[in-house]
Formats: sequence, structure tokens, C-alpha cells
Amino acid sequence: MKTDTIAAIATGMTPSGIGIIRISGEDAFSIASSVFHKKNKEPLSDYEDHRAYFGYVHDNGTVIDEVILLIFKGPNSFTGEDTAEIQCHGGILMMRKILDLCIRNGARTAGPGEFTKRAFLNGKMDLSEAEAVMDVISSQNDLALKNSVKQLGGSLYKTITDVRNKILFELAYIESALDDPENYDLEGYPEKLSVKLLDILRILEKLADSFDDGRILSEGVRTVILGKPNVGKSSLLNILAGSDRAIVTEIPGTTRDTIEEMINVGGVLLHVIDTAGIRQSDDVVEQIGVRKALDIAKEADLVVLVIDSSSVLSPEDEEILRFIKVNDKKCLILLNKSDLPTVTGVDEIACLTGSRVITISAKDETGIDELKSFITGEYSKGFLKYNDEIFISNARHKEALSSAIESLLCVAKSITEKMPEDFYSIDLTSAYDHLGRIIGVSVDDDVINEIFDKFCMGK
Amino acid sequence: MKEYTFTENVDVVVVGAGHAGCEAALACSRLGLETVIFTISINSIALMPCNPNIGGSSKGHLVREIDALGGEMGKNIDKTYIQSRMLNVSKGPAVHSLRAQADKAEYSASMRQVLENQDNLTVKQGEVCELIIEDNVIRGVMTYTGGAYFAKAVILCTGTYLNARCLTGEAITYTGPNGLMAATHLTDSLKANGIKMFRFKTGTPARIDRRSIDFSKMEEQKGDDEVVPFSFSTDPSTLSKDQVSCYLTYTNEETHKIIRDNLDRSPIYAGIIEGTGPRYCPSIEDKVVRFSEKKRHQLFVEPEGLHTNEMYISGMSSSLPEDVQRQMYRTVPGLENCRIMRNAYAIEYDCIDPVQLKHSLEFKNIKGLFAAGQFNGSSGYEEAGAQGIIAGINASMYCLGKDPLIIDRSEGYIGVLIDDLVTKETKEPYRMMTSRAEYRLLLRQDNADLRLRKKGYDVGLISEADYNALLKKERMINDETERLKTTYVGNNSRVSDFLKNMGSSPLKSGVPLSELICRPELDYDLIGPIDDNRPDLPSDVRQQVNINIKYEGYIERQERQVAAFKKLEKKKLSDDIDYSSIKGLRLEAAQKLDMYKPVSIGQASRISGVSPADISVLLVYLGAKDH
Repeated sequence: MKTDTIAAIATGMTPSGIGIIRISGEDAFSIASSVFHKKNKEPLSDYEDHRAYFGYVHDNGTVIDEVILLIFKGPNSFTGEDTAEIQCHGGILMMRKILDLCIRNGARTAGPGEFTKRAFLNGKMDLSEAEAVMDVISSQNDLALKNSVKQLGGSLYKTITDVRNKILFELAYIESALDDPENYDLEGYPEKLSVKLLDILRILEKLADSFDDGRILSEGVRTVILGKPNVGKSSLLNILAGSDRAIVTEIPGTTRDTIEEMINVGGVLLHVIDTAGIRQSDDVVEQIGVRKALDIAKEADLVVLVIDSSSVLSPEDEEILRFIKVNDKKCLILLNKSDLPTVTGVDEIACLTGSRVITISAKDETGIDELKSFITGEYSKGFLKYNDEIFISNARHKEALSSAIESLLCVAKSITEKMPEDFYSIDLTSAYDHLGRIIGVSVDDDVINEIFDKFCMGK
Repeated sequence: MKEYTFTENVDVVVVGAGHAGCEAALACSRLGLETVIFTISINSIALMPCNPNIGGSSKGHLVREIDALGGEMGKNIDKTYIQSRMLNVSKGPAVHSLRAQADKAEYSASMRQVLENQDNLTVKQGEVCELIIEDNVIRGVMTYTGGAYFAKAVILCTGTYLNARCLTGEAITYTGPNGLMAATHLTDSLKANGIKMFRFKTGTPARIDRRSIDFSKMEEQKGDDEVVPFSFSTDPSTLSKDQVSCYLTYTNEETHKIIRDNLDRSPIYAGIIEGTGPRYCPSIEDKVVRFSEKKRHQLFVEPEGLHTNEMYISGMSSSLPEDVQRQMYRTVPGLENCRIMRNAYAIEYDCIDPVQLKHSLEFKNIKGLFAAGQFNGSSGYEEAGAQGIIAGINASMYCLGKDPLIIDRSEGYIGVLIDDLVTKETKEPYRMMTSRAEYRLLLRQDNADLRLRKKGYDVGLISEADYNALLKKERMINDETERLKTTYVGNNSRVSDFLKNMGSSPLKSGVPLSELICRPELDYDLIGPIDDNRPDLPSDVRQQVNINIKYEGYIERQERQVAAFKKLEKKKLSDDIDYSSIKGLRLEAAQKLDMYKPVSIGQASRISGVSPADISVLLVYLGAKDH
């Protein structure tokens, strides 16, 4: 059976020491060798089964990361197909970059659970494993209702459900009018429906547009860290992330771009955006960087301002403080470097702002507990909210959304062409079903896809 | 078992000669099986105890489907109609519905004649009181008068007669409709054989002496000039006759006040009625309570026949006491001095929980025992007839050792009706509605023959001649559709003048005629003047061609939905699956699945209490089993 080659980040979108990109399918080895060379810069010539190769991932010769490449020949692999795994340094940007490289070299992004699906189809799972799969699915019975945050994004679920309910209402109305014309009147209804359709289409199109617009992560408390260069932002991030690896992986050539990480602080997921240092500057490029940092901060749920307590309050710090006040941002001010003699003290800052001020030392890791309990406390009191902006990150979701939009446009066309109302329901029903596929409440005709789209076995 | 005094051997016994029983018995006997049909009273064969019409929204579709399969209802109403209308013509072709007023006495007499003259069929007056069942296989029935009728198959079509009681206010009589004898013994036998029973109720309005009605205060509604027959075998030219009129009037606040003031005397609101009534065919009491904001309700005044003065007051069924009825009907414009000939009443009766049936309408647990009609929890003549013909065909197939005829949801309203009955938990009398048919654009009343006639031919109920006529019609439709798609008209002055006259935009270049038909302001007949080589075609062919072309995009999209539906229907679930052993199924789902034993993933997905996640589990289970 000929299948295309799929690739995906296998370790999940969380900061970790090692990240794994898995490539599976007929062209797995050739794709791997086109992005990999050995330490001596020689390409892979043979692929020895179950062997690890040490070398580099490169983009047309430019080295990207030092990695280990593992070769599993089918059928002796998880999926039963030829499989290559690239173990790179963790960090979402790095993993994403290597994945993109594989895609550019001929792989396709794997859908959720697609590796498992292939394993299943290639007879690599026995009944008991299949049963474990069923367990996972059945647990979604509750999950879908209670808390789909982890799987789908609670707000995506909610938005889709809302839109579906709106469509359902219209469907029910039309059907009622057909069966009970005495009690339900369709006079003027097409015009009303037109307006509602526009509203629904706007929501869905916005969702569709969010697909793969370069942003990897959607969930968590959107947290922006501001502060002068060398004030200790990176060290702070390292402490919060619980490891001292270099999580700051700057994008080459754009040092003023932001770096995003997901950090779990006492159970609260922070979507941390580390801006380049804000610095007053006459340099045009620098100024753009400053403005951008403040722009990003405008969208934040939480702004963390790091101030150097061992020096005097700089004009930049004052500007940020003004910004926070003007924009009425939830803010936490960290006075770092308490290990050094204090020049700027808590009282001095406190009189400038209503925000909480905590003294820490990133070097000595003091004040960190207070910082954590502040975040968990604010969150449990409901003062900190998860970002409710929604992203579509799944190709099948995107496809279902597009189909739903197409169906709704058909309804709009029927209205324009003055078709009788009963024609609307064909396309309204289609839209309703397409959307249902996103949240897993429509039973899909494509059995295997349906099942494996719904869960991820973690492999 | 009761002692019997004589025995007879037949192939099929049909219990009840209402609309379901008649179709069932005719199907069996026409398929060559020796059949006996029992009725409480031969005078009540094909009785219409409620509304004096056949068809209407979605029900008209059922009648045409019955006819396409080789049933009798369409032919019988064509013979006995006294007014005919195509409803909803301002809406899309999917919801056009044929409705005909019947001369009730004629309808009944005509059907009786068909039954009495049918070869292989014996009409027998009597009450069936017991089923003879051995090892979960039906062997026959016992009659109250001591006969044992041994049979290979039995079809139960008891309608509203089982333990029936009629209520008019506080006055209760233990009879079936129209004062006919109730059947009081069979329920016990059914229960003894493990069959789960429900108690449902329905109702009917008063009949009023037409001489006491002032029609000048009502809006007259005449029949259509051009009458479309129900039966695909009826020659439309034989239908012309003088039609009678129906009349439209309304209730008002005064009516509603009388009803409200006397609600405590309504058996339903007083809690005397135990049975569940239909939400979709509510009594006037229910309407006044449930739609309290409505200032008036529409009523239809319909003649019951040519040889009676009785007029049926449609929309005003009731179980209020007679004295309240006298006041309430007289508040209606035109009915101020009305004389009630028959009181409105509610009727309660025993029926089964239809989830005990397979799609073939055979009981899952009793081989050879079939059921149809109101006994299965439906309501309406047409719903009954539709189940009747399917039960009749499948009882025959059972006797002949052949596969049952199953019509699925994408093939007919009959399929929707039966699938709903056997799959969904019915809590009230089931009425057919267009909204229940998800693929209704394909299930039009105009193409029922194209959808189902071949099935009728295959089982043996459609004659060679009728089948050949269908093939000819199909050919004409296809040829003409093809011709229109390949015949181009250019932008000449004749065409542009024509388009201008029709208020249609001019052509920029040559287009096929089919493209012009698609324009909202044009259709097949309208573009005749610019279609030079048009063949002379019958109107039903022209209509199909027009619909196929005009709604092509919609039809295609609906067909895609059907394809998706069929995929799940084709994933079969055997009835020996032990759902409780499948890991991952929720307890409720496993119990429901064990109870229903669905035949396919598709059916399983329609069972309430089975979630999409449960379906996924089943799919994995099936997938794992295949490997």
C-alpha cells in the first residue's frame, strides 16, 4: 500500500530537554538524509536498522542543530513503516524549524493520531492495545462535556458549539415552518437569515484565517515579560521553567523578535512572550523593537516588568510603568538582583504603581516562591484569565471549517437566487455536520480518520 | 392455551382490516400466499374514523410510495376522491404534497370490494384473542369463537382497538372508534409472550350537520383544476369530476375562554387519560394551553362524503364534555347555530413499543410475527398503510424464504418512518413529517415511482407492464435531460427578444438550454418557444427533467450526504455482539445497544443515549476484529 510520508513533533509542544521529530512513510529515510549530515559533513548513504547516527540538521548546508538520527526500518517500527526520528535540542522553535524543514523536503504534517492510525492499519496493534485506544476515546465522553481545554482548546469548542447552535436554531425554524405553517411564518425570513449568516461567516472565516499563521501556541495566560536588556529576564524564565538550559533561542537575523514558551507555574499555564529588551533609543531599528514590545504587551493578560534594583530607575522603566498605567494592565513588578546592594527599593516603585512588587534574586533564586504564589493566587481568584483567542492548528479542522463556510455560502446563494426556504436546510445541515466533525460530535463517514483524529496516543 | 374447536391452515394471518391490514393482506395474497384477514366488523374495512382525507404534507409522499411498491391506497383514493389539491406549490418541489378529500363510505366500500375479490384472500369477521407461539416462532392465532388458524406468518394490525376506550368528558365507553367493539383479549396474550406494551391516545373532532353551517362566514377552498392522481397507474384523464369544497374558519378568544374555563373537565387535564397523545396532532385544549399567546387557530371544515351531511371540523379535536363542546363549536364564525351529529372524543388504546421490531417489521424475538400500523405506535392512515405493505411483503418473503425488503432513510419516507419507529424511543403516536426526512429533496412525491417501483417489481407486486412503463419514463427523462444539456442557443434576436420578454438577462454567448432552465425566472415549459426540436413528452416526464436540471446542484449535494450516510449503514453489526464486553463503551450505551441490537453502525448512531464517542469505540472494535 503506497502512503505518503508524514512528519510531526512527537514530544509535544512543551519545553523539554530533548525534542523528537518523527518521520514515517516510504520516503522517511530520503527526507531524513536530505536534512541531515554526519559530523564529518557526509550525507547518510546507508540506513542501518535500529541504529543511531550523530550529526547535524542543516538547511542547505547551514547547520541548525546538533542531533541524533534514529533509523527504524519497517515493519519493525511503531507505525510499521520506515521511520526516522530526529532527536534535537528541545524548545518549540527549534522543533518547529526542523519540522518545517522536513515538510519542505517532501513530508506532510501528520494529523493528530496519524502515527497511531498507521500502526493500527499496519497491524502493529493487537486487540488489547486497540482497547486501550477505546478507553482513551471513551474518556472523551466526559472530556468533551467538562473540559476539552487540553485537547481542543476550550474556547474553540465553545465557539464551534455556539455557531452550531445558531445553525440548529435556523434549521429547526425552517423545519417547523414547513410542518406547521399555521404557527411559524417564513414571511421576511430569508432577509433575517442573510444577516445572521453574515455574522456566522465572519466568525468562521476569522477562525479559518488563524490557521497556521505562524503562531504555534494558543493557550495559556498570555504573559509578556518587559525590561531592559540584561535585567535578568532570561534567568527568570529559566528558573520558572525549572531548568537552566538556554531556552532563549533567538531567531537569527531578527533579534528583536519575540520568543515564546509555555511554562507551567504551579498548575497555571503561562504562555510567555519574551520581548527584546526595551530601550530608549534614537536608533530607528531599536525604536521599532521597543514599539513592538509595547504593542505585544497591549494584548497581554499579564505583564511582568523586571527592574534592576541595583541601579536607578531608568527612563525606559518609567515609560513602561506609564504604559501599564495607561493601558490598565494586570501587572507584576519584579525587583531583580536583590543579591546586590539595593538602589531602587520596593517603596520607591510602589508609589509609582498600584501593581504588586516582589523582590527577587534570579541568581540566588530567592523570592521565586512568592512570585509563584502570586500567579496561582491571582489565577484562582479569577483575576488572571486564559487567553481566549482561538487558533485552528489542525489541518482537518481547517478543512472542516472551509467546508462549513462553503456550505453557508451556498445558503447565501440560495437566498440571493430566491430559492424556496426548504432548500436552505440542505446546506445548513452540511455546515452543521462539518462543524460537528471539529468537535467530534458528528459521526464521520471516514471511519479510521474519525477514530484516530480524536485522540493522540502520545506516540 | 385456549381450547379450540376447529382448525384451519393458511400461509398468513392478518389481524385487523384497517389501512395497515388491507395493504398487508393484499400484498401477501397477491404474492401467492393463502391469506386470511380478520376484522372486528366487515363493515369497518378500511374505515376512516378520523379525518376524511388521504395525503397532505409528507403523508402524500407515503401514499405515492405505497403505490410505487404496488399497494392499493393510492388507487383507492383516486377512485373515491371528491376533492384534490397539491399543497405547498409555492415552496420547493420536495415539499409539494398531494391531498385528496375522500368520500369515506365510498373509500371503505371500494377497498372492501378489492379485498373480497382478491384471489388467495379470505375476509373473516371475528376477534383474534391469542397468539400461538412455540419456541419463539409464530404458529398461528386463536379466535374468540374457538378457531385455531395455523399459519407460517402473522401480521398484527390492530390499530386503536386493543383495550380501547373512548372519552367525551366524564362519559367513558369501552369501545373502539365509532362505537365499534374493542378487542379486549389479545393484549394479555401479547404480554404473556414478553411483548412490551404502551398505552397511547388520540382524538377526533365533532361532525356537524352541514345544513346548520353558515358557509358565507367561511373562506371556500376549491379543488385544483388539474387533478394529479395518487397512483402512478391511474390515467389522469379518468379523474375529472365535480369536486366539493372545503371551508376555512378560525377559533377566537371566546372559544379559548370556554375551553380554559372548562379545562378541569377535560379528561386529559383531569388526569383520567393515561395514554400519551401526539404533540403534532394536538386537541384544541392542548393548542389553547400550549400556544396561549395565539388569538386564533385555523380550522378546516371538510365534507365526510357525498351521501352524508356530516362535516368534519379539522383542527378542533377534543375530549371535553358534550355540553362544553356545544358551547365551544358555536363560538366559531359560521358554526353559531351548528348541530353536532357526532361528538368529538379521545380514544385510548394499547400498542407496542416498536423498538421490539426489526426493520422488516418482524419481531426481533418472535420469528414470523410481524406488526404494522397504529399498533406500532404510529398515527395516521398513510403511516399505517406504508407499514402494512412492508409488513405484508416481508411476511411473504419470510414464508418464501427470501430476503426481506428494507427501504432505507435515503430511499423513501417509508424508510424514515420505519427506521424512526424501530430506532428512536417513541413516546407518543408517531406522525410523519417532512422535517423527519433528512434527504427529502431526493424523496419527492413526484419521483416515488423512480425510487421504488423497481423494488415493487422485484418483490412481485408490480406488473411487467407497469415496470416497462417506468423504464420507458426513465429513458425519456434521461434522453431529454441530455438533449437540453447539449442543445445550444445562440445570441440571436429571437432568443434575446424572448429573454427580454421574460425579464431575463441577455446572453453574451451561446449556452445550452439547460443553463437557461436553471435561471430562477425560467423553467422547462417557459423556454419552449426557443427550443425548436422539443419532443412531445408527457407532463410527468417534463416535470422530472425540469427538476433534475433546475435543482441539479442541490440534488448533487444531497446525494453526497446520502453517500456519507450509506457508508455507515453498510458497516454491519451482527446481532450476536455482546456489547457489555466491549471495553470503552459507556454502560448506558452498552445497555441500549444490547437492547436494540442495531443492524449497522448507522442505526447505532441514531439510538438516543449512544454518543459519537461510543460510535468511535464501536468502529475501533470492528476495525480490530477485522485485523
